Amino acid sequence: MANLENRFSNNVFFGTVDSVINWSRSSALWPETFGIACCAIEMISAGCARYDLDRLGVVFRPSPRQSDVMIIAGTVTKKFAPIVRLLYDQMTEPRWVIAMGTCAISGGVYNTYAVVQGSERIVPVDVHVPGCPPRPDALIHGILMLQEKIKKQHVLRRKDPQETGKVSP
Amino acid sequence: MSNQPLRELLQRESIQQRCESVYETFGMLTLTVSKENLLALCHLLKHDSALQFNFLSDICGVDHYPQRPRFETVYHLYSIPFKYRLRIKCRFELDELPPSVVPVWQTANWHEREAYDMYGIAFVGHPDLRRIYMWEGYDGYPMRKDYPLRGYADHYNPFGEARSERTEGA
Repeated sequence: MANLENRFSNNVFFGTVDSVINWSRSSALWPETFGIACCAIEMISAGCARYDLDRLGVVFRPSPRQSDVMIIAGTVTKKFAPIVRLLYDQMTEPRWVIAMGTCAISGGVYNTYAVVQGSERIVPVDVHVPGCPPRPDALIHGILMLQEKIKKQHVLRRKDPQETGKVSP
Repeated sequence: MSNQPLRELLQRESIQQRCESVYETFGMLTLTVSKENLLALCHLLKHDSALQFNFLSDICGVDHYPQRPRFETVYHLYSIPFKYRLRIKCRFELDELPPSVVPVWQTANWHEREAYDMYGIAFVGHPDLRRIYMWEGYDGYPMRKDYPLRGYADHYNPFGEARSERTEGA
C-alpha cells in the first residue's frame, strides 16, 4: 500500500483490493471455541494472558457461524467425526482449518478401531501443527503460517480450481 | 491393612456355600462364584451388617479366548464403613450370561453397559442395555481378543483389516 503524498490527507492509502481483503481476513482470524482433547489445553493456554492470541486478532468465538478458523485440537474419534464435519459445514466461507497435534494430523499413536487416522479425512486442512501436544508457541506459529497463506490468496482474480488442477473438496 | 478380619468374616456358612473359592492376589481377597449364585452373594455382601459392601467401585469384562469358559466379569467392592476391599470373579460362556447386579448397586448400570459395549456381555435383567462408548449401530465388540487391534478398514481408517480377512468375532 502506498501513501500518495500531498494529494489527500495523510490517512488515505491505496492498494489492491486483494491486499485489502486479505489483510482484513488474516488480521481477524476467529477460531471456534472448540477443543477435543489435551491439545485444547495448550490452545486455551495460547489464548490466555501469557501468550495472548488476541494481539494477533485471534479471538475465540462460541459459534461456528461467527468463526472462520477451526482448530482441531485433539484426537478425533470416529464417533465424533460427524460432529467435526458438521461444525465445519456450519462455518461461513471463507474458512480455514488448523490441525493441531499429532492425533489431529494422523491419528498419532491411536492407530485403533475408534480413531480417525487424520482429520484430513473429514475436512480440508490448511495448516498442520505438529507436537504432542504442540506448545502454544507452535500454535501461534501455525496461525502466522495461516495468515501468510491467506495473504497469498486472490479474491477477485481467483483461479478456477480446474485451471490449477486442484479441486478443493 | 490385613485381610485377616475379612477372611474370617467370609468363613460364614451363608457365604461359603455360595462361592466356589476364596484366595488372595495382590493383597486383595478374591471370591469366585458361579453365575447362579452371583446375585444372591452380592446381595448378602451388601446388606450383611458386619460387611456392608455398599460401594461397587468397578466391573471389568475379561475375554479368555481361546480358553473355556471364555468370558469373565470381575467386580471390585468396597465397604465404606469397615474399609474392606473384595474382588468377585464369575466365569461364563455367552450362551449362559450372568445376571445384572443393578438391583444391588445402581452404579452397575453404566459399568455393565461398558462391559456390554466392549465385550458383548448382555447382562440378564439389565434395565437399559445400550452401548455407552461406541455409537449406536457400531458393529462388533472391540475389546474381544478376536477383534482386530486396528479395527476394520473404512473411510476414516484405511489401516484397519479388511472385513473379508476375518469371519469370526465381530
